[in-house]
Amino acid sequence: MYNLSHHLKDAPVSAWIGIVIVLFYAVLALGAPFLAPFAESASVGKQYMPWTSPHYLGTDALGRDVLSRLIYGARNTVGIALVTTILAFTLGATFGLLAATIGGWFDAISSRVVDVLMAIPPLIFALLILTITGTSVIALILVIAILDSTRVFRLSRAVAQGILTMDYIEVARMRGEGMFWLIRKEVLPNAAAPLIAEFGLRFCFVFLFISALSFLGLGIQPPTADWGGMVRESAKLISFANFATFQTATFGLAPLLPAGAIALLTIGVNLVVDWVLHMSSGLKD
Amino acid sequence: MTDLLLEMKDIHIEGRSDRQWKPIIKGVDLTLNRGEILGLIGESGAGKSTLGLAAMGYTKGGCRISGGSIHFDGQDLVGASNEALRQLRGARIAYVAQSAAAAFNPAYRLIDQYCEAPVKHGVMSRAEAQSDAVQLYRKIRLPNPEDIGFRYPHQVSGGQLQRAMTAMAMACRPDLIIFDEPTTALDVTTQIEVLAAIRGIVREYNTAAIYITHDLAVVAQMADKIKVLLRGEEVEESSARDMLANPQQDYTKSLWAVRDFRRAPPAARHLDEGPLLEIRDMTAGYGAVDILKGINLTITRGTTVAVVGESGSGKSTMARVVMGLLPPSGGSLHHNGAALPKSGKQRPRDLQRHIQMIHQMADTALNPKHRIKDIIGRPLEFFLGLKGRAKDVRIRELLTLIELDPDEFINRMPSELSGGQKQRVCIARALAAEPDFIICDEVTSALDQLVAEGILRLLDRLQREMDLTYMFITHDIATVRSIADEVVVMQNGVIVEQGPKETIFSPPHAPYTELLLSSVPEMDPDWLTGLLKERGAVVTSEEPL
Repeated sequence: MYNLSHHLKDAPVSAWIGIVIVLFYAVLALGAPFLAPFAESASVGKQYMPWTSPHYLGTDALGRDVLSRLIYGARNTVGIALVTTILAFTLGATFGLLAATIGGWFDAISSRVVDVLMAIPPLIFALLILTITGTSVIALILVIAILDSTRVFRLSRAVAQGILTMDYIEVARMRGEGMFWLIRKEVLPNAAAPLIAEFGLRFCFVFLFISALSFLGLGIQPPTADWGGMVRESAKLISFANFATFQTATFGLAPLLPAGAIALLTIGVNLVVDWVLHMSSGLKD
Repeated sequence: MTDLLLEMKDIHIEGRSDRQWKPIIKGVDLTLNRGEILGLIGESGAGKSTLGLAAMGYTKGGCRISGGSIHFDGQDLVGASNEALRQLRGARIAYVAQSAAAAFNPAYRLIDQYCEAPVKHGVMSRAEAQSDAVQLYRKIRLPNPEDIGFRYPHQVSGGQLQRAMTAMAMACRPDLIIFDEPTTALDVTTQIEVLAAIRGIVREYNTAAIYITHDLAVVAQMADKIKVLLRGEEVEESSARDMLANPQQDYTKSLWAVRDFRRAPPAARHLDEGPLLEIRDMTAGYGAVDILKGINLTITRGTTVAVVGESGSGKSTMARVVMGLLPPSGGSLHHNGAALPKSGKQRPRDLQRHIQMIHQMADTALNPKHRIKDIIGRPLEFFLGLKGRAKDVRIRELLTLIELDPDEFINRMPSELSGGQKQRVCIARALAAEPDFIICDEVTSALDQLVAEGILRLLDRLQREMDLTYMFITHDIATVRSIADEVVVMQNGVIVEQGPKETIFSPPHAPYTELLLSSVPEMDPDWLTGLLKERGAVVTSEEPL
């Protein structure tokens, strides 16, 4: 705990900006029902209302409050992305570390399976599977988690292989330590830094992937609010944008709001990841 | 010979760590005349390399020259533009790095890298540079000088690479060459050839040189004058002969004293009890290639057996076989009269406990994420089942035993220890298992001489107190002289000679032992000259490729 506060104190401005952004999103996601002025999917006004009280960011094509949907969208999009990333890491890191430690046939088989999965473009593969399984949230999470775990597998396997050549591993092996002790106590603490950094990056990719799928209509299904879907619904408005007055301009800006929410979170997470990466590389000395 | 080439005055160099500048070099003066060789010695962290690089007006990343002046042949280097420095570097000042294998670009042939500097600096055309390279390769006694330049770095041996690098530094006939520990990574037998080559060519072209090393005997062969550094400050400087014969400062004297450590004969040799460890007719290797070919070795309880030989002779492979990390393809192992299973996995825990190993690189042998108490505590828990309070007490006992203060060190991370302290922790970890046999794999070769001596004394004391048996793998003959009872000389996977230390070190020697022993540099400045005269044909003979 001391270490964490110590590092936080030394964090550069960019990291602080990232932390503030991420915390802001976390508060939005957790407190959505309290923070949102209107319900997630209720029609509360006319179509495409301008940015005035009580709809500060206007309404969408079905008269739903855009601000409320953005706040609920944080909960849905970020929540699902987080669960997916955690799952992808559990799966990928477990198999990656096992493959590196056991080696031999286990490594050969799992690596080839991963190679096959990676050979298929992920978006096309996801579209294919989701078309077969239907677009439930569970299916979405599982498909993306498995696809992304292949990348985590490769990274954790490579990192662990580097660590496994160290003399302290040989010392542990000579002592006769079991494999799980070896992975948990000797390898994992040393692999943690790159894995944490990868977690941040992977989270962004998953998040963008879900948004992309939603944009294509195969992600999170309406009426659940989701930023990717919101971009898709309002995308065509951009061509009707008229910047003569503020009122008409807000109409054209509608698709930029969810897109901006996606972009801002991606930037925030990356700022934090950069800092963690920097810290972990500094700690190696 | 008296004209001044390099003058560094009151040099201060700082390095950045933890967001502040910390001094590395604290006001050192250095002058060098044309054709003169200055030996720069000191332990690691003394600032030798930093000072050497500063002679080129260069500092490593994160460092800066914060004070003082550097004049090279009348030209100020501290204020010089990068362009002006670029004109000098490679052309008039050259640098030879410690590890030639890492300093050569693996993607280009040797001769391409040789030609780069003279062509870039406009000294020669490519064709001239090529023929010049062949000439220098011949002078530096590389085999097949016409063809060797067309090889890639991985296709020639370490000693040859280091010589090729020296030739490359010579390409523009610089006025000054900085040698940064050029032979530290080499075997003694190879080292001789590189030393002879460097000295020959530097003398021939009357090049001045700064020779950085921590090996006193090596610097004695090379240098006209010697400067001793300690923690960024000069301890003393004088001509090589004066320095060797009559060191003034206590620190310098202590550096010399290291060579005197001699272990008293062991208190109790259990000759009557039968051997502790026996290796019979062992062959082992990786894949189809046998590294060890029919090794027979008997180790008596309470003695130290030194295994010597150059790299690739199979010393470490033997250690791995004894530890059970590499199952042998033939032969058998016996511990205390009982046969040891070939693979470590099949050995019962109690048997595994009796045989411990200490690695060469304490840096990589300690998990950087574990605290000292976890590192030493784990074997206590694993082998002896100690927990909680009892474990803690035993960790403290072990730390006291290896001369580290328990209160200060028990909660530290390995990164908070010096090299010697890390090696001590490795020793404590081995002792924690309460072994009777410890393999020490080059345990002192990564350490400074003073620190290494401390480790040797510690190991010796522990042996007396705990009745331990050591197998001491090393390529350093001085270490063997100081601690061994028995000596085993290995070459190409076979034992060439073995016997008590007194027998091995007194003539007549087996031919290979003779070569190995005579290759160990001595403190006498005339040693290399004498040896080369004596060997004559041996050194000029071409290394097999």
